[in-house]
Amino acid sequence: MITSVEKLAGLVTSGAKIALPVDYAGVSMAMTRPLIARGLRDLHLVCVPTGGIQPDMFIGAGMVKTIETSAMTLGEAGGAPCFGRAVQQGSVKLMDATCPAVHAGFLASQKGAPFAVMRGLIGTDLLANRPDWKIIDNPFSEDKDPIVAIPAIRPDFAIFHAPLADRFGNVWIGRRRELGAMAYASATTLVTVERVVDDNLLSDEKMAAGVLPALYIEAVAEAKFGAKPYGLWGEYAPDTAEIMRYAGEARTPEGFAAYLAASDRKLETVA
Amino acid sequence: MTVLPRERLIYTISQLLDGVRNVAVGASSPIPAAGAMLLRALSEKRGTQRVRISILGSVEHNFFTNGSVELFDAAGQGRIDAFFLGGGQIDGQANINLVGTGTYPQTKVRWPGSFGSAYLYYVVPRVILFREEHTPRVFVEKVDFISAPGTSDEGVYRTGGPHALLTSLGKFSFDKQKKRFRLETVHPGHTLDEIKAATGFSFDHDAVPKPTPDPDAETLALLRGRVLTELAETYPDFARGLTAEIAALNQPVAANA
Repeated sequence: MITSVEKLAGLVTSGAKIALPVDYAGVSMAMTRPLIARGLRDLHLVCVPTGGIQPDMFIGAGMVKTIETSAMTLGEAGGAPCFGRAVQQGSVKLMDATCPAVHAGFLASQKGAPFAVMRGLIGTDLLANRPDWKIIDNPFSEDKDPIVAIPAIRPDFAIFHAPLADRFGNVWIGRRRELGAMAYASATTLVTVERVVDDNLLSDEKMAAGVLPALYIEAVAEAKFGAKPYGLWGEYAPDTAEIMRYAGEARTPEGFAAYLAASDRKLETVA
Repeated sequence: MTVLPRERLIYTISQLLDGVRNVAVGASSPIPAAGAMLLRALSEKRGTQRVRISILGSVEHNFFTNGSVELFDAAGQGRIDAFFLGGGQIDGQANINLVGTGTYPQTKVRWPGSFGSAYLYYVVPRVILFREEHTPRVFVEKVDFISAPGTSDEGVYRTGGPHALLTSLGKFSFDKQKKRFRLETVHPGHTLDEIKAATGFSFDHDAVPKPTPDPDAETLALLRGRVLTELAETYPDFARGLTAEIAALNQPVAANA
C-alpha cells in the first residue's frame, strides 16, 4: 500500500486511460518523470477538467495518443507548448470538452451509471465534434426538451498528489472533492503525498470528512514537494518562475528535450 | 478629475452588475474582479443588497467546498447571477471561440480551450463578454469554432446568455431577438468611426452614441481605496500596476499646485 514513486509509476501501462487533476488541485508532478522514463505509449489522458505542464510533458515525450480536456494552459505562463505543436501537426487526437461535461462523465462512472445528462452544449462545435456525446429527449418533459447525454468516463488510472496519507492508505483530500471524484470513477488510483502519518486519519472526526478511504486507493508513495512547480493547497505556492522557464524552454522540441535531460530526477530509474 | 481607462472599465462593469447577488469571476480576470468588488463596496456603503463574489482559483475569495464542480452545479440551479466570458474570437451573433483559428482540429492558432463556457453561457442570466483588445481579428463576422453560441433555437433550455460586451473602446448591449449587438456608449477619447473600423461585424447604434460615463468622486475614491486594497490580495501585479498609473496621474497635478 505504501510504496515508492518508481513502484507507483511501474503499475501504469501503455494504452491506459489516465485521469489527471487541474493544476491547482494537486498534480503529482513527482510521478511525471518516472512515467516518462517508463517509455509508455498510446496513453489516453483525461484532464479533470483542464490540464497544464504534466499532460504537456507527456505529449512532448510522445506518450499520448488522445487528450480529452476542457483546456490546456500554463496559466500566466501562456499556452501549453508541446500540446500546441501536437495540435498543429495533428499528432494527437483531440477530444475537446467543457468542464461540467468532464465532471458529468466522472459522476456517471462514480454511480455505476451508463451516462449523465447536462444542460448547455447544444449548438456548439464541441458537441459537433464529439460523436460520443448524444442529444436525447428529456423523457419526463411533455414538451420537446433536448438534453445532452455524456457517457461515463472510466479511467484505468487516476494519479494525483495530496498533503497527507496514513499508513493504512487513507488519503486526506480536504475540500478538493474532484480528487475523490477521480478515484471513485477510476479502476486504479495512485497517490503521492507530502507525508505519511502513523495515526489512522479516519479516527479523527474533523479530518474524516476530507478523507478519501483506502478502499478507493491502490497505492501511495511519499514525495516531498511532489506537486512542484505547481503549488499544493495549504502547503506551498506555485513556483511561477519555474513554470515560466518550462514554457520558454519547451517552445521547441529541442528545448523540451534539453529541459528533460537537464532534470535532476533520474530518467533511468525504472527500466 | 482624470479617470484612467482601466478605472472606467472597472466602473462600467460595476454598473453592468448592478442588482446581482452572486457573481463568479474566472481565474486571471482582474478587471472583472475589480468591477465586482467595487459593486460590493458600493452596495455596503448604500446599505443595499449584499453581493457575494467568488473568484475561481483564489483561496481568499472562494467559498466553495465541493471541488471545481460546485460552480457549475450552483450555476445550473440558478444560484450564480453573473459571470464573465472572453474569446479569442467573438462574432456579431455573440458566438464565442476559445479553441482556435482555422479548421478544427488542426487549427492554425490553438488557444487553451472552451473551459466551462459551453455550459455557463446557457445558465448564467447575465454573462458579460469582456475583451480589452478591440480589433478586427477578435471581433469577426463569424467565429471559426463555436465554443458557446450567443443564442439558441427555440426549445433549447436556456436561462442565460450575453448581457453586454465591454471592450477598451466601448460598451455594447445584445438583442437576443435580433441577434445583434448595439453600441451603447463610446469610451472618452474614442469615436464611432474608430469602433466601426475595429469591428468585423455590423452593429446597431445611435447617430451620435453617448460617451461612457465616468465614476463620481465618491465612487472613484472607493475604487482607489478599498477596492485596490482588496484587489492586491488576489492580483498583486495588476494592483501594483494600477497604483503606479494612479500615482503618475497625480504627479503633474502636484507639480502645478
